[in-house]
Amino acid sequence: MNLHEYQAKSLLSQYGVKIAQGIMAETPESAVSAAKELQKNTGTRLWVVKAQIHAGGRGKGGGVKVAKTLEDVFEKSKAILGMKLVSPQTGPEGKLVRKILIAEDVYYPGEKEPKEFYMSILLDRSTGKNIIMASTEGGVEIEAVAAKTPEKIFKEWIEPSAGLRAFQCRKIAFSLGCTGKEVNEMISFIKGIYQCYEACDASLVEINPVLRTSDGQILAVDAKIKLDDNAMFRHNDFPELRDIHEEDPLEVEASLSNLNYIKLDGNVGCMVNGAGLAMATMDMIKLAGGHPANFLDVGGSASVETVEAGFRIILKDPNVKAILINIFGGIVRCDRVAGGVVQAYKNIGNVKIPIIVRLQGTNAEMGAKIIEDSGLKVTSAILLKDAAERVADALKN
Amino acid sequence: MSVLVNKNSRIIVQGFTGSEGTFHAQQMLEYGTQVVGGITPGKGGSLHLNKPVFNTVSDAVKATSADVSIIFVPPAFAADAIMEAADAGIKVIVAITEGIPTRDMIEVKEFLKNKKCRLIGPNCPGIITPGEAKVGIMPGFIHTPGNIGIVSRSGTLTYEAVDQVTKAGLGQSTCIGIGGDPIIGTTTLDAVKLFNDDPDTVGMIIIGEIGGSMETDAARWIKSNCTKPVVGFIAGQTAPKGRRMGHAGAIIGGADDTAAAKMKIMTECGIHVVDSPAVIGEAMKTILSKEYRGIGV
Repeated sequence: MNLHEYQAKSLLSQYGVKIAQGIMAETPESAVSAAKELQKNTGTRLWVVKAQIHAGGRGKGGGVKVAKTLEDVFEKSKAILGMKLVSPQTGPEGKLVRKILIAEDVYYPGEKEPKEFYMSILLDRSTGKNIIMASTEGGVEIEAVAAKTPEKIFKEWIEPSAGLRAFQCRKIAFSLGCTGKEVNEMISFIKGIYQCYEACDASLVEINPVLRTSDGQILAVDAKIKLDDNAMFRHNDFPELRDIHEEDPLEVEASLSNLNYIKLDGNVGCMVNGAGLAMATMDMIKLAGGHPANFLDVGGSASVETVEAGFRIILKDPNVKAILINIFGGIVRCDRVAGGVVQAYKNIGNVKIPIIVRLQGTNAEMGAKIIEDSGLKVTSAILLKDAAERVADALKN
Repeated sequence: MSVLVNKNSRIIVQGFTGSEGTFHAQQMLEYGTQVVGGITPGKGGSLHLNKPVFNTVSDAVKATSADVSIIFVPPAFAADAIMEAADAGIKVIVAITEGIPTRDMIEVKEFLKNKKCRLIGPNCPGIITPGEAKVGIMPGFIHTPGNIGIVSRSGTLTYEAVDQVTKAGLGQSTCIGIGGDPIIGTTTLDAVKLFNDDPDTVGMIIIGEIGGSMETDAARWIKSNCTKPVVGFIAGQTAPKGRRMGHAGAIIGGADDTAAAKMKIMTECGIHVVDSPAVIGEAMKTILSKEYRGIGV
């Protein structure tokens, strides 16, 4: 699960991480009162109005603006709230902005130039250990840094038995060029984000940029946190952090039926049991000359209800020109799935696009017979390659 | 011959009396697998499916000499169950459970570091040596004894490959479902090494997915060490970047873990990579008939 910047910062500050202070607002009016309160608390003379969406590159899309007066806060909040923000990570259709963060200005002048760093914690799958990555190149895309100047990225692996050690924090702080009191500031910053990562069962904490202010403080200007969905049972208060507006409506509907659905932009819908087979089926659709319209894993038990829910969700996508159902029956019996398909088809009624059902495994022949005898416009296949050919045929007609 | 499990394996079921454990233990018994008992804390001393129930894995090992365990314990308790099995001296631990938090698996991996055991999974269909032992949730009837080793990160896609191999007139030595999570006990490379050392495995099939570097790690080893033909398939050629496709492990992160990048490296390492999942079995058959003519496969 992804969090908004304001939610991530709130979690981080619970673990003692210093952040650029801010208040979330949903209307231009509340943005102005947030700005006043922020001025009272922090003494800031400028405000940053930041769109809160689950995508990076917000600044490039015009979703981050500096405001110099309270009137300016109102105008800029009004412009950003309700806009379709298009950033390199949102796709061309963009994302509707429903919330903004009014943040204090932390780039104020002082004895030193403010300096931006990068820092993240995530799992290194090849070692099975968590890794902290830090770089002197903050405020830019870390992928670009990794490609051009990998020597500017410092890595520390965390031994599970020892946890994050003080020497590792010191190594990072000195590698980043910290001096004087900044060193200890940086060490507590790193310890804080690691504590947050561990305690929240995060799968990613990314702070870009980490800022050394002109007076030597180290704080998080932006924050991105991803939580491990599998660990939700340990965190009763986390489900309320979910913002379903940030998710595709069809994906939300699917999750209510316990279906794992991801919308794509192709023309052939598919419904499959098992994630690996679902991906393989999508690949096969492409090889057959089509484009997958979705990923849909109906899980282990393809019952009448799940098949019907899957059908309805796929059919809501107007781009879909054909549907391929690919079920490998193990524990699930193909005759039951076939019965489910026929029943769901009848319940929905008026299905105008061709449906190809490929059933293999337990009772596959019985399943195929049920489909053929149903009199519905459903084509049945048993071999995977036959199914691919049927899809190709359906797209031609 | 086979790897990991055979007809002499003595298997216990952790989470024995739960609905999943009961159903699959029954299926395993029907397949002819030597299930010698199970564990449900608090129910020790009773009988379930005519097999003894124990409170701890250690009790079960003492009483039954079990050497393999299969785990159906819910995600919140699964990491503990894996460690308990390792502590009791179980040699092969098969964790079926889906949805174990990553933080728990980091601890498990650390705990197992110096133990003499092998973990398969979690979030996997298990392992089967056809005709001898089924330690998993796969449909037994699609398998047939033979000489092809199959290693896969997926469940139903493995069944697809198995079915094609069987229909191509070949059989399987052992099929290993290694699981789709970011942290797993046995990697593609570990499985490939087992098959390479197994005299009765003449060819291997690697079913991979986008994400991580397990298939390419295996490919590089195969290039200089493997003596047997290998067919490979990578699911997710059409997967968009950065989306979670069901398996937590199947997220495209960098440039090298896309399907295209993996397939290219595997091909360069001498693996016969197929781009359609429909021709895995045929590809194996063609290669064997060319390279291994006359050995009776």
